[in-house]
Amino acid sequence: MSDGTVHAIDVRNAVKRYGTFTALKSVSLSIKDNEFFTLLGPSGCGKTTLLRMIAGFEDVTEGEIFLFGDEIEKLPPNRRPVNTVFQNYALFPHMSVLENVGFGLEMLGRGKAEARKRAGEILEMVQLSQFSGRKPSQLSGGQQQRVALARALAPQPKVLLLDEPLSALDLKLRKAMQLELKHLQRETGITFIFVTHDQEEALTMSDRIAVMSAGEMQQLGAARDIYERPENRFVADFIGETNLINVIVKSKDGNRVLCGFENGLTLTCDAVPGIDVGQSGHMSIRPERMKLQQEQVEAENFRGTVIENVYVGTDVQSIIGLDGGMRLTVRTQNSDRGKARIFEPGSDVFVDVEFGSARLLAN
Amino acid sequence: MSKARFDVKSYPGFVQLTVLCLLILYLPLMVVAVYSFNASASIVNWEGFSLRWYADVFTGPESAKFKLAARNSFVIAIIAATVATAIATLAATAMIRGGKFRLRVLSLGLISLPLMVPEIVTAVATLIFFNSIGFERGLLTILLAHIAFCIPFAYLPISARMQGIEDTYEQAALDLYATKRQAFTRILLPLMMPGIVSGYLLAFIISLDDFIITNFVKGAGVETLPTAIFGAVKQGLKPNIMAISTMLVGFSIIMVTVSYFVGKKDN
Repeated sequence: MSDGTVHAIDVRNAVKRYGTFTALKSVSLSIKDNEFFTLLGPSGCGKTTLLRMIAGFEDVTEGEIFLFGDEIEKLPPNRRPVNTVFQNYALFPHMSVLENVGFGLEMLGRGKAEARKRAGEILEMVQLSQFSGRKPSQLSGGQQQRVALARALAPQPKVLLLDEPLSALDLKLRKAMQLELKHLQRETGITFIFVTHDQEEALTMSDRIAVMSAGEMQQLGAARDIYERPENRFVADFIGETNLINVIVKSKDGNRVLCGFENGLTLTCDAVPGIDVGQSGHMSIRPERMKLQQEQVEAENFRGTVIENVYVGTDVQSIIGLDGGMRLTVRTQNSDRGKARIFEPGSDVFVDVEFGSARLLAN
Repeated sequence: MSKARFDVKSYPGFVQLTVLCLLILYLPLMVVAVYSFNASASIVNWEGFSLRWYADVFTGPESAKFKLAARNSFVIAIIAATVATAIATLAATAMIRGGKFRLRVLSLGLISLPLMVPEIVTAVATLIFFNSIGFERGLLTILLAHIAFCIPFAYLPISARMQGIEDTYEQAALDLYATKRQAFTRILLPLMMPGIVSGYLLAFIISLDDFIITNFVKGAGVETLPTAIFGAVKQGLKPNIMAISTMLVGFSIIMVTVSYFVGKKDN
């Protein structure tokens, strides 16, 4: 709030305790207006608890939550202008699709006729007009999902909360819905807060991501920042695939440091605050940021042998045994146009790490 | 073929045992039903088909007594089932939506205990209770006793139904700006309705058929259909009793069937 802008959601030092168990350890974050924001983390990390605290289904043990500047953490859920898309949709089974979508507006006192009219418009937006007379049980999973979305959007909430809404859909439908959600967010201009444990889903859809683990926020940033500049070992490991290597910082030259592996190899990378010469840390190198080649080109190329190739469709994953007994996973794109070549198991190769892609992480 | 091994129909003696069980259960009822159509006054010799005993129930010398008893029975059953169902609905809501509260298990036991206590014990206890507070016996004592023992019967189908309703429905209603009252009346109550109807019909039948407790707490000269039938049988068994009994069984079958189909609907 110090920059003068009003955030859609401001969570300040929010704590959630169940008896002696602490589900959320003092989380603070600001979500901008018109943002697609994702809370990402493994199950039990507190992401759903935080979402339910914003919705009003969980009490806030300590701390405050602001919605466009108004303090809301003490209000009951029906007094908060936010709506939720539930994981299991929670569509009212005894009401038609139209009645479901119009329910929120009716409860707001807009009158049955207006609620129905507006519900019809929203159903048109999610292309479900022809199903408005049906019961939810007569719809497919994907259609139910869209009805749940329409129902939550109909009262025009200031913030839309989505609790793993795509987890019950099959892969193809999920991919289509990811794009549809993103477009819907752009069209409506409503701030979306999306909870998921699927890192690929988070990277695809989000403007910004908060990675959570064990009730704490690990990192907050744009998708690209989270993936390319992880701030700690958990984030590097959780988001995408990576090679994590134990290293000791041997020397420092300006903002570059020389890191030594346990097998004696060395690699220079950008210095990070918190790790000085002589201290240990981890190095993260993404498999797609390395290249296999026949000849040594750079001084810091690693020599090794291809142990195994795993075909994964778009790429081939090669497991490389480095001299000195360490293993790296290298991804090579499956394309004749690519410059990189795929080597047979048993071939001697050199591993070239793309400049600037090795990331030093504090313990 | 491997599936057939787990099918109980493939066990030896299955058919014979099933037929035997059904006979033991229903042969007495079938005898009563068949002889209610007997043309003679005998209850053992068949002398041709006739509806005379059904006519006797409605127009015969005992018809006034039976009509009054039937009216009492239905009035009591309707009121007792209505009140018991309302209490059972509230009890189920508290037990299933009340979260964890102290003495929850004990409360559950207390609600279902009357199902396990021998009816004669409940009857004596109820009688002693009414006597000790000086409550004059009559229709009202029957009604109060029926309300009390019908509650657990109404509770069972209602709580079973409610257990299957996830609380996210009410959360969704609150999220969509409904008040707690609206969430209950617009969402939870309609979803519980099949269980409530089922519980109501069960309570109704239990009240309509009750003899033991009613016989203890009823005032002198106040009869319900079961106590009137019992009184008439003491004077000698006539086929008109069989006609009444057959009608009562037929009515119960209709009620239980309706209850079954309502309970099955939109599940």
